[in-house]
Amino acid sequence: MEYEFHWNIVFQKLPQLLNGAFVTLHVSVLSMLIGIAIAVLLAIAKMSDARIFSLPATVWVEIARNTPALFQIYMAYFGLGAFGIHLSPYAAVLSALVFVNAGYLTETFRGGFQSIPKTQYSASKSLGMSSTQLYRYIILPQMFRRIYHPMTNQFVWSILMSSLGILVGMNELSGETQRLQSLSFRTLEFFIVAAVMYFLITKFVLFSAALISQKVFKGEL
Amino acid sequence: MIQIQNVHKSFGDLEVLKGIDLEVNRGEVVSVIGGSGSGKSTLLYCINAIEDIQQGRIIVDDIDVHAKGTNRDKLRQKLGMVFQQWNSFPHLTVLENASLAPRIVLKLSKKEAIEVAKKELNHVGLGDKLDEYPTRMSGGQQQRLAIARALAMRPDYMLFDEVTSALDPELVGEVLDTLRMLRDDGMTMICVTHEIAFAREVSDKVAFFHQGIIEEIGPPEQVIVNPQREATQKFLSKVLH
Repeated sequence: MEYEFHWNIVFQKLPQLLNGAFVTLHVSVLSMLIGIAIAVLLAIAKMSDARIFSLPATVWVEIARNTPALFQIYMAYFGLGAFGIHLSPYAAVLSALVFVNAGYLTETFRGGFQSIPKTQYSASKSLGMSSTQLYRYIILPQMFRRIYHPMTNQFVWSILMSSLGILVGMNELSGETQRLQSLSFRTLEFFIVAAVMYFLITKFVLFSAALISQKVFKGEL
Repeated sequence: MIQIQNVHKSFGDLEVLKGIDLEVNRGEVVSVIGGSGSGKSTLLYCINAIEDIQQGRIIVDDIDVHAKGTNRDKLRQKLGMVFQQWNSFPHLTVLENASLAPRIVLKLSKKEAIEVAKKELNHVGLGDKLDEYPTRMSGGQQQRLAIARALAMRPDYMLFDEVTSALDPELVGEVLDTLRMLRDDGMTMICVTHEIAFAREVSDKVAFFHQGIIEEIGPPEQVIVNPQREATQKFLSKVLH
């Protein structure tokens, strides 16, 4: 039996697919930005000697890293729903991705912080910098530079994992693809095109990340 | 004036400073010599409150350094410090290294901060390296950058922690020349150093540290040329061969 490809319908629906791709990019970018901000705080908390800070950070990291992303999304969508908190599919996927991104990035950032010589801290302090200034001008710029590539990997992971949105009816690229193929029965065609789109999105993100790193990071560590 | 009174400092069970008394007047150059582990560097870290002390007091211009209410960030503006490892900020250019703290700590305008930084960089002979990144420079150049960076904060005192120990021998001279220049400018300095000849040449006072106390202190003609204590004699005969 030979499978006959019919691409016409896919091209007709391309605007909807592109729309889905945009939602995919949107939710992953946002989940990264919020995830990074939380991870910086969690990493600092986790390195703290005070258990009141380090313990919650450790719990967050352990849960995020040792349970499936699918479980996070279900918890956000159905789990919270059981308590009367009804998130939209978008919000559920976003919060789950933020949770996992923050968890993974915390460990990355912690490694980054610890790779910066202690003497950078004493040198900055000896110049009269406050702790906030020390982190903002000296430690964070060097830390981000060291963990930049692991961070872009996490970004790619977020893009791909956002496809789990399909399970809660989110209209991101996979959800859109699923809906369109079920209307047309051109399953293989739609999913091939979606796969190509995922590939292009991640390549685009990695390429932009490389460009940005050339612009932003000066000097050598 | 820096007054150090009966300072004790421990790391866990290890008591590194066992009652240090020392006075440094404005315009004075005090060199601290002694074997490794004798507590020399630790004292500098205590003076600018990077390390706490367990007993005693350190007073810098009437400010009790380790008192509870003391604003340590503010205090450190008075005290420039240069380290054994030069600790340049690798992500900033030479000019940014020296102008950052004046801008964000002293709140100078960007233009003023750059002016101050340029002046100090010229002073230490790095005027032609302003846009260079520190990792591309020699150790001696990076150490001079560290000195200029500290000077750009207009400190009243400079603390030098074995600033030539990590340098290749041929680069030591340029850094010592910079220190000599500072002395001629009238800067008050405490130099922890292994360069005995240099200490003898530039110091008003030399303190010999031995096992956490000041074993001997006095003018270089005494402590280095004609040491009174046996421990000092032993140390000097070892380092001077």
